Order: sequence, then structure tokens, then C-alpha cells
Amino acid sequence: MKVKNSSNWSESLVQAAEYVERPESQLKVMWETLRQNKAAVVGLIIIGLLVLIALTVWGSELMGKQILPYDPNYSDMSESFIPPNASHWFGTDQLGRDMFSRILAGTKISLFVGVAAVAISLTVGVILGAIAGYRGGKTDTFIMRLMDMMLAIPSILLAIAFMAALGKGLDKAIIAIGLVSIPEYARIVRGSILSVKENDFVQAAKVIGNRSSRIIYKHILPNVISVIVVRATLGISSAVLDTAALGFLGLGVQPPFAEWGDMLGRARGFIFTAPYTLIFPGIAITITVLAFNLLGDGLRDAIDPKSRIK
Amino acid sequence: MLKYIIKRILMLIPVLLGVSIIVFLIMRVLSPDPAPIVLGQHATQQAVEAWRQANGLNDPIYLQYFHYLQGALTGDLGTSYYTKSPVTKEILARFPATIELAVVAIILASFFGILIGVISAVKKNSIFDNAGMFLALIGVSMPIFWLGILLIIFFSGYLHWLPSNGRINPLLEPIRVTGFYLVDSLVTGNMNSFKDALQHIILPASALAMYSMAIITRMTRSSMLDTLQQDYIRTARAKGIEEGRVIIRHALRNGLIPIITVIGLQLGSLLGGAVLTETVFSWPGIGAYTVACILKSDFPVVQGVVLLVATIFVLMNLLVDVIYGFLDPRIKYSKKEV
Amino acid sequence: MLLEVKNLCTEFKLKRGIVKAVDDISFTIDKGEILAIVGESGSGKSVTSLSIMGLLQKPGRVAGGEILFKSQDLNKLSQKELKKIRGNHISMIFQEPMTSLNPVWRIKDQIMESIMTHMQISKKEALARTIEMIDTVGIPSAAQRANDFPHQMSGGMRQRVMTAMALACEPELLIADEPTTALDVTIQAQILELLYRMREKFNMAVLLITHDLGVVSEAADRVIVMYCGKIVEEADVRSLFSHPLHPYTVGLLQSIPQIDDDCDKRLYMIKGMVPNPLNMPPGCPFSDRCDHSMERCTKEMPELKEMSGRKVRCFLYKEAVEGGLAEK
Repeated sequence: MKVKNSSNWSESLVQAAEYVERPESQLKVMWETLRQNKAAVVGLIIIGLLVLIALTVWGSELMGKQILPYDPNYSDMSESFIPPNASHWFGTDQLGRDMFSRILAGTKISLFVGVAAVAISLTVGVILGAIAGYRGGKTDTFIMRLMDMMLAIPSILLAIAFMAALGKGLDKAIIAIGLVSIPEYARIVRGSILSVKENDFVQAAKVIGNRSSRIIYKHILPNVISVIVVRATLGISSAVLDTAALGFLGLGVQPPFAEWGDMLGRARGFIFTAPYTLIFPGIAITITVLAFNLLGDGLRDAIDPKSRIK
Repeated sequence: MLKYIIKRILMLIPVLLGVSIIVFLIMRVLSPDPAPIVLGQHATQQAVEAWRQANGLNDPIYLQYFHYLQGALTGDLGTSYYTKSPVTKEILARFPATIELAVVAIILASFFGILIGVISAVKKNSIFDNAGMFLALIGVSMPIFWLGILLIIFFSGYLHWLPSNGRINPLLEPIRVTGFYLVDSLVTGNMNSFKDALQHIILPASALAMYSMAIITRMTRSSMLDTLQQDYIRTARAKGIEEGRVIIRHALRNGLIPIITVIGLQLGSLLGGAVLTETVFSWPGIGAYTVACILKSDFPVVQGVVLLVATIFVLMNLLVDVIYGFLDPRIKYSKKEV
Repeated sequence: MLLEVKNLCTEFKLKRGIVKAVDDISFTIDKGEILAIVGESGSGKSVTSLSIMGLLQKPGRVAGGEILFKSQDLNKLSQKELKKIRGNHISMIFQEPMTSLNPVWRIKDQIMESIMTHMQISKKEALARTIEMIDTVGIPSAAQRANDFPHQMSGGMRQRVMTAMALACEPELLIADEPTTALDVTIQAQILELLYRMREKFNMAVLLITHDLGVVSEAADRVIVMYCGKIVEEADVRSLFSHPLHPYTVGLLQSIPQIDDDCDKRLYMIKGMVPNPLNMPPGCPFSDRCDHSMERCTKEMPELKEMSGRKVRCFLYKEAVEGGLAEK
């Protein structure tokens, strides 16, 4: 950057004018780096498969057609506790339901809750963080203290407490899990805004007359978006774990939904007699969480400027 | 340094106050009326009203909160709706079990986590490193309760090596000194007790430790990789110091600082995970009890536990910060003259 | 001869190719001599020092040649044997005093570690020696300052501490890699003066690595000029500055602004850029930037020719020649 005048102000001016990093191009660079990361690609493929399964199951339910080998809710007591065999790949559970179909059906629930919960955390968190960062002062302090208080309670306990208050059920579970993660996103957004606010070139842009929204779009957004994308991906994996935990305790998604954690919780008594009722739902949870973790880790490495492939 | 500690403790107070308010609000305001649940479906309207009156549930909210706060500060956390005994007593009876579990878990997690992390960093990209990181990834992705179940299936069901639930064989319970069976049995020289307690605690502690261990391993590896790149490591090697000493006394000593922070933060997730582990292993601790109380709407207990746990968590964070200050002389000794 | 480097080759194996950071260089250092290696970033001067010490990290490795220290080839020694020599017979100080000291160890412990590793003396004696060294390098109140942590000291003082640490075991050779680059000019002078004193006191040889010709003229006995991993000129300090032979050396000297220069005069810059190490053109590496390059220069690599106690690698010189290209 060749600036004749050595004053700081005009340097910032030139910097503001030359600052062309738009949010879209940053995402493109991220994608390029990500593609090179084999583990992340594996994660992405698995997620793709899971989404496919979920959508297929959901679609078939909407259309009233049966695409799964068996109806996940069809219970035949005479067929209970059949170990895995050719007709029941994962065996049947204590009520004679086919485990394989139930697990596939559960994909839909887990992904839905995971994404929905993160959506709530994200939206509320980002808004709160933006208000806090932009307004500053008392608003900022109040909001951040509130966030601190929420963080002072271990997340599972907080989620359980919310569930106790709100009652059981799928929608309540989404809200509870969603509420718990709000402080993280609030912090990220607030932090980004604060660090950029002080930057000289934002001051300079303001002087030129850029409207606040333009400043946000061009300068603040690019930094924040990548960090949030990473957090959200990892957030989905922890939301899936939390959903399963609540389900396991009997607090979350209720029958007739086939939820993996709930399956584990109800089969606890058969741990010695029919271990296969416990193994497969757990594998399903682990694979799903693993996939999102792989993707999230890959994304995190991709936004780290040190590892970028230009 | 002392000023810093005092300042931090003062800052804790509004946070804890806030926590108590949040918990109170969730339990009293958001929740459905506990009376019908406690008294059962067939309770008469009269009985319900009487019960509500007796438990102060008809008072205005701020008054209820005030009474609650008053009690909490003097150690009285209310009375359980069900057992009618003081919440504090119920908590104290079960707390040592949870603490023992959490402490053993954090020791396991820290020891193996740091060990594997350091070796992975030193032998970067080797088979050990890749395997270690893969295991860590799995560890972070597995639900704690499922791991517990798997451990039971394998070690109890299949191998018959270890018991699958409980804390100790009732016949072998040691004399109560601290409430921690492992400590008590050692202190009283009761080796049978010790062995039995150890056998009971090893599976749940391992399940509980897994998640934290995975996180600590990753953190250690990344911190060590960072540290090993530093200039002063090059200087140490240039002095002709033996490599093992360079790694441990120079690199790890520096790399440990952020790791300690991570370990401290893990305590929160351990306390949460204890809830699940205790349920799986029928461990007589606070976690399982709390869940049961939540399901029964025994709110005083839940309030008490959450407040207690939050307080511990916040204090632990402060402790970690203080330790951090001690470990890093740049913080401990503020700059004198330059 | 204290140190004899013969045909040293060091390469870095990268994904994109092999970089020859040091390409067949040879030089000697005698007891008590101060030899300076001058070159710009990427010339291979730092890599040379790391190669001598055996401190190269992957993907770098010594690909050939001998490094004879007191007639022993360092290249053939195991890491274990090298550790006995490092810090003891050959010591090294580095460019960044701010980051080259362990931030969580006290100064005295860092120096004592060196002493206790190599010398068989008691802790008490080691401490006494440490304080003595701290005092020798010119830090006042040595006994108190010994208990300090690095962040409590300024850059210049930290560099002195590094020097104390390096000299604690009285090495025969000190390698100083850009010791003054990160410091301001007044401190720079002090550090150089310190090195001089140490040389007097211990009859220690110094391999001084720098890109700063000013430092060279002040401190060195002999100079080697490196470019793209090769030695292009070697001479004693006086001769080099008064009669530079190689066009690159001439260019370097011309780039130094003179205090009596005209204010309007433009700063001289050697035209062109250093070639890509992965894609070195055939012939003399300086040919595309040289004002005197001939057809031959782009095709053949000139040999390092010896003439009247000096060496130069350039086709301009066939026999012993007086005069050179620029009179100073």
C-alpha cells in the first residue's frame, strides 16, 4: 500500500477503500481448503447420507408410503428380543419392533432437533451479541452478565431444569437445548464486533459516511460468519448428544417417536439379556456426532489463515 | 495477586445471585404447580390449597425468593416436598459419592490426556499420533451413558471382572471418616473395603472421564505443538540439554498453562456428565437423585442442587484462574523496572 | 584450525521440490578469530550455522560435506554425542532475545542448567559461576538480577543473558546468528563490544552471521559473502570494504547511504530479485542482476578462485588482480 501522506487517518481511508474481502469470497476460500481435508470430506459424506435417510423417511411418511423395511412403531410381542438376523438386521426390541427401521426413523428426529436447537441458539445468541457489542455500555454489561449466569450452570443440568419446568416432549426439548447454548454465540458475535469497532478503518469508513449496515456487511460480517459456521456445526453435534441424553433420562422426545436416546433408556434393563438393543442406537448417535465433529474440525482448520491454500 | 483474587470473589457474588434467581424462576415460575404432583391425583382441592399455603406457594414471588435467599445464606435450602427432611441434609448425604466419582474421573482424564497428548505432539504424524487423535475424536463423539453401558456389557456381562452398579458391597462399607470410601478404607487400613470400592468405581469413573480425556488430549497436543515451535526450545537444544528434559521441563512446563485452564473447565461438564453416569451405574450420588426429584417436581431439592453445583463451578473457575496466575510468572510478577 | 567446513550441502525436501539452502561451501575459522558471514535473507547463512550445530529440523538435512571441529566430523556424530558439544564447546546465540529465553524459568536457572549439564561442579559453585557470568556480560546488580524472569528485563539485557548462558561453559566457538538485528543501534554497539571483550578474555572464536555490513565492519576479522547458498567472496574486512571484488559485494556496499551523500541522491538498490530457490537458473545465480554479466555467466557456474589471500567466484577475475571494480 503506497500512501504518500503519512498520517494515520488517510492510511485508514485508503485501507477502507481497498478492503474488498466480501463474505462470499471468504466462504469460497474456506470451501477450497476444506476439500483438501479428507476427514472433513468423510464427515460431509456421512452427513449427506444421514440427511438423505432423514428426508426419505420424512417424505415417505408425508406421502403415507412405507419405505422402511418395517413400520418402526409396529409392535408384535411374539417377535420380541430377536437377535440380529437376515430379516431383522439389527434385531427386534422388547416390544417386538424392528430395530433397523427404528434407528433409521430416529435419524430424522435427531437431525431435526439438532438443527432446530442450534437455529434457536444462533438466532437469539447472535441478536443478543450484536445488541451488546454495538450498543455497549449498560446494555452490554447487562446482557453479558446474563450470559455469564447461564454459563455458570453446567449445560446438561440447565437443560434438565428447563425440561422439568416446561415438560416433556420434542418441542420442549428443542427449546431447552437451544436455550442452553445461547451464551456461546452471543460471546462470539459481541467479541467480533468489539474487536472490529475499534479498528481504524471502521472509523474511517464511518467518516466517509458509510451507513452502519454497510459497515456491518463489509467489515464485521466476514470475520464473524466463519467462526459462527464452525461453532454451529460443532453445536449440532453437541445438540444431538444432548437430545440423546435427555431422551435417555426419559425427559426428551416421547413415544411414538423413535429417538435413539430414548431407545437406550428403555432398554437399560436388558443390558445382560439382549445387549444388541443397546449397541445399535449408540452406534447411530456416535456416527452422527462424529460426522459433525469431523466437518466442524475441518471447517475450523479451514478458517485458520495459517492453513489456507491460496 | 491478592487484590486480584479478592476482586474476582467480589465479582462472583452478583453471578451467584443471578444464578439463584434464574433457578428460582425456572422452578417456581415456569414450572407447573407442584401440589397436584406431590399430593397425587386424588387430592382434594382443599388439601391442595392447604399444602400450597403451608409451603408458602401463595405468597408473592419476590417474597418467596426473599425467604429462599435468606435460608440459602444461612445454609437452609428448604425442605424436600417428599421426604420432609432438610434439603441440605439430603444433599450432604449423597454429595461425597459424586465428588469421589468426579475426582477419580478428572485424575484419570488429566493423567492419560496429558500423557497421550504430549507423546502425540512429540511424535507428530506418526501412527501413535494418528491413532491417538482418532480415539480422541471418537471419545468426544460418544454419548457418556452409552459408553457406560458398553463397559458394563463387556466388563460385567462378558468378562465378569467388575460389578455393574452401586458403590460398594454393603457388607464392606468402611467406617465413615470423610465419606469417600477410597479414602476411608485406606485410612482405616481396611484393604478389602478398598479393593471393593475401587472395583466399583473404576467403570463409572472411566466412562465419565472419557469425554474430558479426549478434550484434554487434543488440547495438550495442540498446546505442545505450539510450544515446541518456540524459540526458547531451540535455545534449550542449543545448550546441549537432553531431549526428554527439553520436552518436559521446558516445553510442557510452558504448555501446561492453557491445559490447566481446560482441565478446570472440564469440571463443569463432569458434573453434568455425572448425572448420566450415576443413572447408568446406579451410583448413589447427587446426579441421579436430582433427576429423580425433577421428575417428581420436588423443587426445593432441585433448586438446592443446581445452586450448589453452580457455586462449585464458579469457584473452580476462580481457582483455575488463580493457579494460572501462579504458573505463569508473567502474571504473578508484574513488571518492575525495565 | 578450530573449525573446518568442507563442501557442506544442506537441503530442504519440500512437496514442491528440493531447495538447496547451502550449496557446497567451505571455510575455516581459527582459534580466537571472528569470521562474519554476510548475506540477505535466504542466502543460506543461518542454515549454515544450524547445520554446524546439528539443530536442523525436518524437512532440512545435511546432504553432504564435512564439518570438522577440532578434527572431529560433527556430521558423523549421533545426537547424543552432539549434545556434549553444544553449549559446551560450541555455543550459539540467536536473533530474538525477546523469545529465546524460557519465560517461566528464572535467569539464573537457565544459565545454571547449562553449567550443570556440562560441568561436574556442585550447585553452589554453579550458582556462583552464574552470577559471575551475569556480571561479566555487564548486567549491574548481578546477584539480584539473577532471580529475575525474562519479561522483567529489556531486550538488550536479555541478549546479554543469552550471551552469558552461551559463554558459561567457556566454549571455543560462539556462533552468533544476527545477535543485534532485533536491538536498537546503541544496544547493538554494546553487544558487539561485549563479544569483543569475550573474545579477548577467553580467546574464543566467533562465527558472526548478519545481513548488516555495519556490524561486519565493526566487529569482524574476516568476511564471507553468501548468495543463494554459495560463497561468492571471501576476504579480510579491510580489503573487502576498500576493494570489493564480486559485483554483488559492490552492490551491497553501494547500497549503504553515506553521511556525506547528497540529500537528493536516490538510494541505490541492486536491480532485480533473488531467484526462486526451487527454480535456479543455470550459471551464476547473480547473473540476471549483475551490471557486468556476460554471455558466459548465464551458462556456466564460475569457480571460487583464490587470489592473494582472497577468494571470489566470478568470471571477471582470471588471475590475481588488483584494482577490482570500485575504489572506495
